[in-house]
Amino acid sequence: MLLEVKALHGAYGESKVLHGLDFVVEEGGVTALLGANGAGKTTTLRAISGMIKVEGEITFAGKRIDGMATEAIAKLGIAHVPDGRGTFMELTVEENLRLGSYTRNDRAGIAADLAKMFELFPKLKERYHQQAGTLSGGEQQMLAIARALLLRPRLLLLDEPSFGLAPLIVREIFATLDEIVKATKVSILVVEQNASLALAIADRAYLLETGRFVMSGAAEDIRKDETLRRSYLGY
Amino acid sequence: MDGLLHQLISGIASGGIYASVALALVMIYQATHHVNFAQGEMAMFSTYIALTLIQAGVPYWAAFCITVPISFAMGAVIQRVLMEPLAKAPILASVGVFIGLLLMFNSVAGWIFTYTLKPFPTPFGEGKPLFGGFISRHELGSTAITLVVLLSIWAFFRFTRLGLAMRAAAFNPVSSRLVGVPVNKMLALGWGLAASIGAIAGMMVAPVIFLDPNMMAGVLLYAFAGALLGGITNPLGAVIGGFIVGIIENLGGAYVVGTELKLTTALFIIVVVLTVKPAGLFGKTVVSRV
Repeated sequence: MLLEVKALHGAYGESKVLHGLDFVVEEGGVTALLGANGAGKTTTLRAISGMIKVEGEITFAGKRIDGMATEAIAKLGIAHVPDGRGTFMELTVEENLRLGSYTRNDRAGIAADLAKMFELFPKLKERYHQQAGTLSGGEQQMLAIARALLLRPRLLLLDEPSFGLAPLIVREIFATLDEIVKATKVSILVVEQNASLALAIADRAYLLETGRFVMSGAAEDIRKDETLRRSYLGY
Repeated sequence: MDGLLHQLISGIASGGIYASVALALVMIYQATHHVNFAQGEMAMFSTYIALTLIQAGVPYWAAFCITVPISFAMGAVIQRVLMEPLAKAPILASVGVFIGLLLMFNSVAGWIFTYTLKPFPTPFGEGKPLFGGFISRHELGSTAITLVVLLSIWAFFRFTRLGLAMRAAAFNPVSSRLVGVPVNKMLALGWGLAASIGAIAGMMVAPVIFLDPNMMAGVLLYAFAGALLGGITNPLGAVIGGFIVGIIENLGGAYVVGTELKLTTALFIIVVVLTVKPAGLFGKTVVSRV
């Protein structure tokens, strides 16, 4: 098991957001975390990355990571594309990508991975020397994913990659994600409000409602279960 | 004509000092979004450390090379001990700490080293002015040192991985941590670097204006005017602004307002920039789509 979470509680100050989550992310493939606004999806990702104080156990590749510093968790191989994409607006696309590989020292490997990113996202090559803040939302999302992949993570956390983007761009990005999963060994934990999109590429899904799981299972089963979809996912 | 050229060269020499301190101010500003009012006093204190070493018999350049890392450590410790706990505190808390530091360094320096003006040696020799009397040895030497410092800092931020990580940590700490950059260490390094630049500026200006606990008050004001003029969000702009202020100060002092009102020029520049072009000449308003 790549990531194992037990009895995870999380809060922002006084207000509790997560009420004892248990879940796992298996090696390889995509796990989706679904739920409405305010269900605690983003908070769950933040908890994994050590961005908020948590109670409970988070084990990554056999190592307890709860309570560790965010930068140390990143170093272990967890890349996180945060909500809002986390672009370094003032820096160039090139510098954003160089920061992605900050934890690595293998020059040749980084260069090879960068070439791969240009294949996946040709737009980034065109915009290589441009200030990242001038990129469109879709391009910034691609940049964020490329930046995260350059860490060569074992686990990639994606916070709502479809947010604020045109449907066409969203489809393109999800197609690329599917390609990445098939071509590499990276595991993805993706948070999405757009359930149909996420279920199309996910192997497993958890449905979150106000800080608790109300359902989990194989993505395919959820996709097929019409009652479930209608009552929880709204499509 | 000769007089003008001489004033211009002196202006460049003092402009280099302002440019260095302006750069130190901008570095801290980018990381914390506050102006470190104590930057000048920290530099003054470093200069006293150098003087103490020199008076104890340490050769000038050795004292120089010892003072810089000591100042670096001083800056880093201030960040770690005083600023880090205030990272999430309201603006006024940080401003209070900056003012507190200013007063503290000033009075501690006065207490240890007294308030009397002290001459500070120049490593470039006292001899006759060079190039037909236009530039003193110290002016030439200190300008050269200043340029080397500014260029090295630029190259460090532009071309090294650590420099990039420091910029990233200043702009976007959250994302920086997510890619594995230890943000707090980067901020401490930034403070250390700013204190070192200030120390060098202090040692370069002290032979000209003499050393006393209030030595940097004027320099800081000129540097602040330079940083604002060039754009407090743009390190290169701040450096250019520092040089411009140095030249304006010298020419204005010689031909327009006289020495008594020199410092007023700095205040005048600050007010004009803030009213006419708040981002400064080169300060860019960062474009961002959301």
